[in-house]
Amino acid sequence: MSIESRIASNQPKSFKFSKENEAKIKRVIAKYPKGRQASAVMPLLDLAQRQHDNWIPMKAIELIASKLEMAEIRVLEVATFYTMFNLKPVGQFFLQACTTTPCWLRGSDEMMRAIKDRYNISSGEISACGRFSLLEVECLGACVNAPILQVNDDFYEDLDYQTTIELLESLESGAPLPVGSVLGRSGSEATEGATTLASIKSKKAAARAAKKRSSANAK
Amino acid sequence: MLNDADRIFTNIYGWGDTGLKGAKARGDWDKTAKLLALGHDEIVERMKASGLRGRGGAGFPTGLKWSFMPKEVKDRPHYLVVNADESEPGTCKDRDIIRHEPHKLLEGCVVAGFAMRAHVAYIYIRGEFVNETRRLQAAIDEAYDAGLLGKNAVGSGWAFDIYLHRGAGAYICGEETALLESLEGRKGQPRLKPPFPAGVGLFGCPTTVNNVESIAVAPTILRRGADWFAGLGKENNTGTKLFCISGHVNNPCNVEEEMGIPLRELLEKHAGGVRGGWANLLAVIPGGSSTPLMPIDVCADITMDFDALRDAGTGLGTAGVIVMDKSTDVVQAIARLSYFYKHESCGQCTPCREGTGWMWRMMERLVSGEAESHEIDTLEQVTRQIEGHTICALGDAAAWPIQGLIKHFRPEIERRIAARHSIDAVNAAE
Ligand SMILES: Cc1cc2nc3c(=O)[nH]c(=O)nc-3n(C[C@H](O)[C@H](O)[C@H](O)COP(=O)(O)O)c2cc1C
Ligand code: SF4
Ligand code: FES
Repeated sequence: MSIESRIASNQPKSFKFSKENEAKIKRVIAKYPKGRQASAVMPLLDLAQRQHDNWIPMKAIELIASKLEMAEIRVLEVATFYTMFNLKPVGQFFLQACTTTPCWLRGSDEMMRAIKDRYNISSGEISACGRFSLLEVECLGACVNAPILQVNDDFYEDLDYQTTIELLESLESGAPLPVGSVLGRSGSEATEGATTLASIKSKKAAARAAKKRSSANAK
Repeated sequence: MLNDADRIFTNIYGWGDTGLKGAKARGDWDKTAKLLALGHDEIVERMKASGLRGRGGAGFPTGLKWSFMPKEVKDRPHYLVVNADESEPGTCKDRDIIRHEPHKLLEGCVVAGFAMRAHVAYIYIRGEFVNETRRLQAAIDEAYDAGLLGKNAVGSGWAFDIYLHRGAGAYICGEETALLESLEGRKGQPRLKPPFPAGVGLFGCPTTVNNVESIAVAPTILRRGADWFAGLGKENNTGTKLFCISGHVNNPCNVEEEMGIPLRELLEKHAGGVRGGWANLLAVIPGGSSTPLMPIDVCADITMDFDALRDAGTGLGTAGVIVMDKSTDVVQAIARLSYFYKHESCGQCTPCREGTGWMWRMMERLVSGEAESHEIDTLEQVTRQIEGHTICALGDAAAWPIQGLIKHFRPEIERRIAARHSIDAVNAAE
């Protein structure tokens, strides 16, 4: 993708960090040795993005450069190298769908089809209502719970066509499904119950997990 | 099968309290100061004796790696950097350590950091793991409050700080020198080696980069003894290992097992077996996306350890086991990985930047059958020209899956090309 198409053409005239973020920035910079404040560039870009509706305006790049005593081009270079930095607006719900082989083997095509059926969007596009953007992404590091759809900060796991639709509906209605596996897995234990650690698992936890699983199955 | 009593990660599924109280009840942070009292070099010796090999993919002996750090701290401080970038397709074990066993990792940082005479550890965690980062930060805060970290860590008199640094979406930052570049505030582009990080690493200082799992198992190894760990698994492939089993099994799961467990046993005991039964198996990628696949006849009696898999022409890698049954379009499965490597190449060296794109386009031609038979050999030759000719191992990682495909599934590729040709011939005749 060319740089031009990655950067919003409509840019705000100014950008300022909030007071809370200014305080956070001090703490972030203090993590690195004196004179090594450039290390804070990724955390600052992240703060700017979170403060500004999930995308980073050019004014923020300028501000971060001056704060960290870096050339602007160095900050922009970092902002464009890493895929998680958005330099143009995205929807309120930023859907990042993993389609790498392990997710693909477990039906990521079906997950993608559900999104497409509902919003008629492809990777890189925003829905007509403006609330949903879709990006096809590479392995999210959760392959045993595949396929994975990341919605803003949260992973939804073990999806299929139907549960993807249910998830999208739940987002639209403002009552999102619980984050994590839609099958009710607490982690990456086997889908039909773990084969290890039973001797260690406390009775209470076992009951809790079983309950969670059966209510998930009942759905 | 490994006994629960010999499992290190007893809360890997997150059933118990992941906070400090729960971790202590499970034995973490138990007299850590006594472990440090062994002394820097003795800890390294014991890690060597345990036979632990790095869990980040390359399998380099962990104790030996620690011993490369200078024995004396001169003008430059030492750093421990923990690689929590976890992005190799098929791999999702570090995530579970971070979210369910964060204190094992933190205690490991203190022990490993002390052994290499570092006062600071940075944990570089992939940016998408937002919730995992929150958990880990909460654990760090708890550990500071309890005096386990800080000026007098675990009451040992050794100052130790741990800082989290989030990535922002780039597989290449898992490569250790790209990770260091990223941590210094630049694009994640690998450095030429030498110099190696133990000489010139983070901020130009002596640095050791280790995988999350390698660090998290260290306290248990020291507590239970190098002999205990070395007594599990096989010679030169010791201990226990977290396996991630994904793809076409009935019950995908992460599980801690003994190194050297037969693949078939791993799949059938823990993952509910291959979908449709063992005979329905097509191929397995044993150690994350960069390791070449194995067809069913190799899978039948292979054991899951570094040496056996290397001898079979593949590798244990990260132990991300990706299972494909007979319904799989295996050419497409590998082509999708080629796309992954093309997408993730940092673009720094020509063979990788140009080669990954070229290989992916060629793979797409094989998927559709549009290629000519002789192009299979051309593709194979190109993989050989990329392999070993790049700054980092991403070039190799992109080449190997294709080599595995050609080696084991050439007839399938040829079949497609022939089928395509006959369709074309029919169309031409009409
Ligand atoms: C392209 C590439 C990606 C890598 N990704 C990771 C990763 O996500 N996590 C990891 O621990 N090691 C990764 N590695 C391996 C690291 O470079 C390094 O060998 C490892 O972190 C060392 O830790 P260990 O000795 O404990 O295994 C990657 C290597 C390459 C070439
Ligand atoms: S091999 Fe690829 S990823 Fe590694 S340095 Fe070269 S271009 Fe970058
Ligand atoms: S392939 Fe989708 S999470 Fe790994």
